[in-house]
Amino acid sequence: MSTVELRFTAVPAHVRTARLVVVSLGRRLGVDEELLDEVRLAVGEAAARAVRRHQASCPTATVLVRMIASEDRFVVEVADCAAVPGGSSSEVDPLDVLADHASKGLEDDDALPAGLDLAVIGGLVDDLSVHEAPDGSTVVMTWPLPGNRPPVVGAAQASG
Amino acid sequence: MDLSLAHRFEGAATVVEVGGEIDVYTAPKLREEIISLVESGHYRLVLDMEDVEFLDSTGLGVLVGGLKRVRAHDGALHLVCTQERILKIFRITGLTKVFPIHATVAAAVQAME
Repeated sequence: MSTVELRFTAVPAHVRTARLVVVSLGRRLGVDEELLDEVRLAVGEAAARAVRRHQASCPTATVLVRMIASEDRFVVEVADCAAVPGGSSSEVDPLDVLADHASKGLEDDDALPAGLDLAVIGGLVDDLSVHEAPDGSTVVMTWPLPGNRPPVVGAAQASG
Repeated sequence: MDLSLAHRFEGAATVVEVGGEIDVYTAPKLREEIISLVESGHYRLVLDMEDVEFLDSTGLGVLVGGLKRVRAHDGALHLVCTQERILKIFRITGLTKVFPIHATVAAAVQAME
């Protein structure tokens, strides 16, 4: 088990910094290139979400990205300390809202539906959990590391 | 890599070549480009995204905003993209149904005629 932590000021420019660090570590750990595209996007969404939440609530506080590598898993946690609702428990599907925004000529032009970031992460990451607390939220994303994946049923059977 | 933008006119369409990363940091630059084109009377936009290396939901928001701006002038916004990693976020968000996505600029420009 090994851990890397990154703390960054909640500004948009550092969302890219967070993506680069996480993807770089993931690549070193042997995460599939194809999966790294998902890691890059999911971490980018989680970091951008944290930056938005900090800017609304605690702009001087830093966002924490913790990367934990174990034998078979790569865990990335993105923690904010914003005391604002997360949007994850919204009753309307943000993807429906987005499509609706796009098809109607709504006035608030580029405003994103609340929770769209989490919806995108949910569409990418199978193993996702979001922990909400009064003093912040943490998005936890887990990816498998190669060599230790569950065996594919039947793949090891001889063909003759 | 930062965002790069360049535009040219082809037939009835304005083709915007977008390159690099579209995220929460660079998306405002793309929004300014689209607003500037619409304000100068260009309502039929083709965004060539073949050199885009990264696109997040903030970028999608700008594209949706752009679509609404051109539609307000009876215009259209089509995309050119064949990259699986970029197409994926359009599929996840259901926006493949909202944006016409073409494999080539020529096909997109032709669809604008």
